[in-house]
Amino acid sequence: MFKIVERSPLVPNLHLLVVEAPEVVESIQPGQFVIIHAGEGSERIPLSAADWDREKGTLSIVFMEVGTSTSKLAQMKAGDELNTVVGPLGIPIDTMKYGTVVCIGGCFGMGSIFPVVRALKESGNEIITMLEGRSENLLYWEDKLAVFSDKIIRLTRDGSCGYKGHIKKGTEILHEMNIKPDRVIANGCTTLSYLAVKEYEHYNVPVIVTLNTIMIDGTGMCGVCRCTVDGEMKFACVDGPSFDGRFVDWEELAARRKQYISEEAFLVHHSGCGGI
Amino acid sequence: MAEKRKINFERVEMPKQVPFIRKRNFNEVALGYTSEDAIKEASRCLDCKKPFCVEGCPVEIDIPGLIRAIAAGDFALAIKTLKEKNCLPAVCGRVCPQEEQCESKCVLGKKGSPVAIGRLERFAADWEASKGSIQAPCIMKKTGKRVAVIGSGPAGVTVAGDLTLLGHDVTIYEALHKPGGVLTYGIPEFRLPAKVVSREIENLQKMGVKLVCNFVVGKTYPLQKILEEFDAVFVGTGAGLPWFMKIPGENLNGVYSANEYLTRVNLMRGFEYPRTYTPVIRHKRVAVVGGGNVAMDCARTALRLGAEKVAIVYRRSENELPAREEEYVNAVEEGVNFHFLTLPEKLFGNDEGWLNKIECARMKLGEPDASGRRRPIRIDNSEFIMKMDACIIAIGNSPNPIIPQTTPDLKVSKWGTIEVDEETLMTSVDRVWAGGDIVTGAATVILAMGAGRKAARSMHEYLSSQ
Ligand SMILES: Cc1cc2nc3c(=O)[nH]c(=O)nc-3n(C[C@H](O)[C@H](O)[C@H](O)COP(=O)(O)OP(=O)(O)OC[C@H]3O[C@@H](n4cnc5c(N)ncnc54)[C@H](O)[C@@H]3O)c2cc1C
Ligand SMILES: Cc1cc2nc3c(=O)[nH]c(=O)nc-3n(C[C@H](O)[C@H](O)[C@H](O)COP(=O)(O)OP(=O)(O)OC[C@H]3O[C@@H](n4cnc5c(N)ncnc54)[C@H](O)[C@@H]3O)c2cc1C
Ligand code: SF4
Ligand code: SF4
Ligand code: FES
Repeated sequence: MFKIVERSPLVPNLHLLVVEAPEVVESIQPGQFVIIHAGEGSERIPLSAADWDREKGTLSIVFMEVGTSTSKLAQMKAGDELNTVVGPLGIPIDTMKYGTVVCIGGCFGMGSIFPVVRALKESGNEIITMLEGRSENLLYWEDKLAVFSDKIIRLTRDGSCGYKGHIKKGTEILHEMNIKPDRVIANGCTTLSYLAVKEYEHYNVPVIVTLNTIMIDGTGMCGVCRCTVDGEMKFACVDGPSFDGRFVDWEELAARRKQYISEEAFLVHHSGCGGI
Repeated sequence: MAEKRKINFERVEMPKQVPFIRKRNFNEVALGYTSEDAIKEASRCLDCKKPFCVEGCPVEIDIPGLIRAIAAGDFALAIKTLKEKNCLPAVCGRVCPQEEQCESKCVLGKKGSPVAIGRLERFAADWEASKGSIQAPCIMKKTGKRVAVIGSGPAGVTVAGDLTLLGHDVTIYEALHKPGGVLTYGIPEFRLPAKVVSREIENLQKMGVKLVCNFVVGKTYPLQKILEEFDAVFVGTGAGLPWFMKIPGENLNGVYSANEYLTRVNLMRGFEYPRTYTPVIRHKRVAVVGGGNVAMDCARTALRLGAEKVAIVYRRSENELPAREEEYVNAVEEGVNFHFLTLPEKLFGNDEGWLNKIECARMKLGEPDASGRRRPIRIDNSEFIMKMDACIIAIGNSPNPIIPQTTPDLKVSKWGTIEVDEETLMTSVDRVWAGGDIVTGAATVILAMGAGRKAARSMHEYLSSQ
């Protein structure tokens, strides 16, 4: 059993979960994820590592309340126990020295990009972090990210803080500042990842995205997480979950992501990422 | 041989749920023998001096001893005899391919039907369970040696059971949240109820085996780190990545690997959805590609989830069907259609990416191939369309890659199976043994258990010499 140390709302619809999983965090790397199973009768759902403390043996996760399993998770509190926190799963994101790296985080991705930003900074990169949300009250962890970023750019669709606009606006700002990224990394819902690829494609550098496929086991046994990258069938849980988004078949991914939409009690009050 | 006794060549049938009822529920199909049935069937055994049946059993159960005890009505002795060699009797009695194993060697089979060894085994195990108290076998003096077993399928469980009896201290690591391997996530409830498996695993735990679920060796900890903490390690990680056909449309919605389909329904209890949370779509027209036990299980599961039409699409003919005869017959009785000599070539979907039809070609059989089976050859211009809203691909798996990928010195074959010494099942890494599907590729429960037994013997020899 895995004890919950903290479960608190971060911003509307997004929650912070801190759970004791000492064995999992011992070797965890940026870009890896865990599978959580709240208990008998729940789904097994994949969630990215947003931070960890190896000494305390705790793992932090930022999750969005979208459906049955995440709302069940949102009702749990400190002291409750989770049946399963298994991992670290997936292949870590490369965090070598590239030069200038643009890191984009939207919805839960503002959390899951954090370990990536930290590791990239430690490798000596210049980091431009972009936070994307509908409105000011949906941005979080700016202070945490600022520690490891050379620049933080806030993008809100209503213009309530930072720049008014979406992913595209970010590229315009870079242009004005005369910055050319050597690598782009985007974390968030499928829409955000897709837009990041479209808007940053012209730089001709890798745009690394984390694919939010449906998963069950997370160990390469079931095949539900399959996607097409560069014309080949890949299993996101063992070959990914991060890929160069320029080669991903997005149409197929979006369709597969919606497989269970009519089966799920769809409790979404979208936090504005418009996302799937 | 007992010449004077009148030989009875007819076996006692085991009652089953009738097809039109069972095809809509997940309860067990075969209902098991009553005590009278069991005694009657056991009395057919000739108690051969040279019992060939035993040669057919990979774990060498004392079959005549077991049957003698049942015939005499001493069921306690029967289960004791059974457990000396088999730690999963209730499972083997249900899913062992007995017709190819022990029963294929029984002398009665030459002129009539062999003794129903599997059914008797199931009877003895269920009899013990129904009594409520399960006798714990006696365990040898503690040796102080620590053994890690990776994977809780039949291979791993057998190693754990055998080495615990010999006094070693065993910990099983399992990646999923429930133990049992394919017995839990793959084989459906109506063939092997989950409670039968969990009962057997609980028995192991009562014997002192430690079970750590939610732990992926190679991810959570590397194998090397496990080796630092244990004296010996057994790898029984079974099957991994499901194979697909590499044809257009395989990533459409409504197309599943057998593993996904069965895992949703069995491990995640999807058949109880919406009482459980893992959704299962109740498709109306389902094609299952393949011809083994796995394909039969998928087809029969689809029926039970309410499908109107379920078709098995197999590229060879009925004669080559690899599934157990019993499961094939069950599927036919329940109304599964069989399209033999048929190969799916393209999957088509609607605008939203959902499968709606499958293009297939007809095949004919040519010369036998390396496996001795006649090779299917495509007939030109024979394409036709099947309207289907789901397609389950049950054509096999490659071995689980996680441990080989994360253990630098572990030798694997070009198919990804772990290479071992045939006699000892030792791998190329010191103090590491392996067995079951991860070594042989997809096989059977009893072969995995046989491998577990062999490995345990060799591990014990090693541990005793230290
Ligand atoms: C590798 C990986 C890492 C992930 N990391 C995170 C993470 O760190 N934090 C996090 O919140 N999520 C993350 N996800 C997504 C997360 O797994 C899903 O949100 C979760 O499974 C939904 O479960 P549910 O039962 O609550 O929703 P369901 O009931 O399964 O889904 C309800 C509906 O909501 C839609 N939906 C699902 N996810 C989203 C989404 N993110 N945004 C909008 N709509 C959605 C689906 O289409 C679905 O039909 C990750 C996914 C993957 C594959
Ligand atoms: C649907 C289906 C029906 C079948 N029907 C029959 C039948 O009727 N009769 C029959 O004899 N055989 C049948 N089989 C075959 C039989 O189930 C297998 O041959 C047998 O289970 C193999 O046993 P195993 O112990 O090698 O591996 P498995 O049963 O595959 O168990 C391996 C276990 O290891 C775990 N694991 C994997 N990697 C790791 C890791 N890195 N760390 C920790 N744990 C890990 C897995 O989660 C799994 O639980 C069937 C198979 C399937 C899929
Ligand atoms: S374990 Fe299998 S092969 Fe051995 S006697 Fe029992 S049914 Fe036959
Ligand atoms: S089961 Fe068959 S082979 Fe075995 S002892 Fe009885 S009659 Fe002989
Ligand atoms: S989640 Fe099952 S194979 Fe990836």
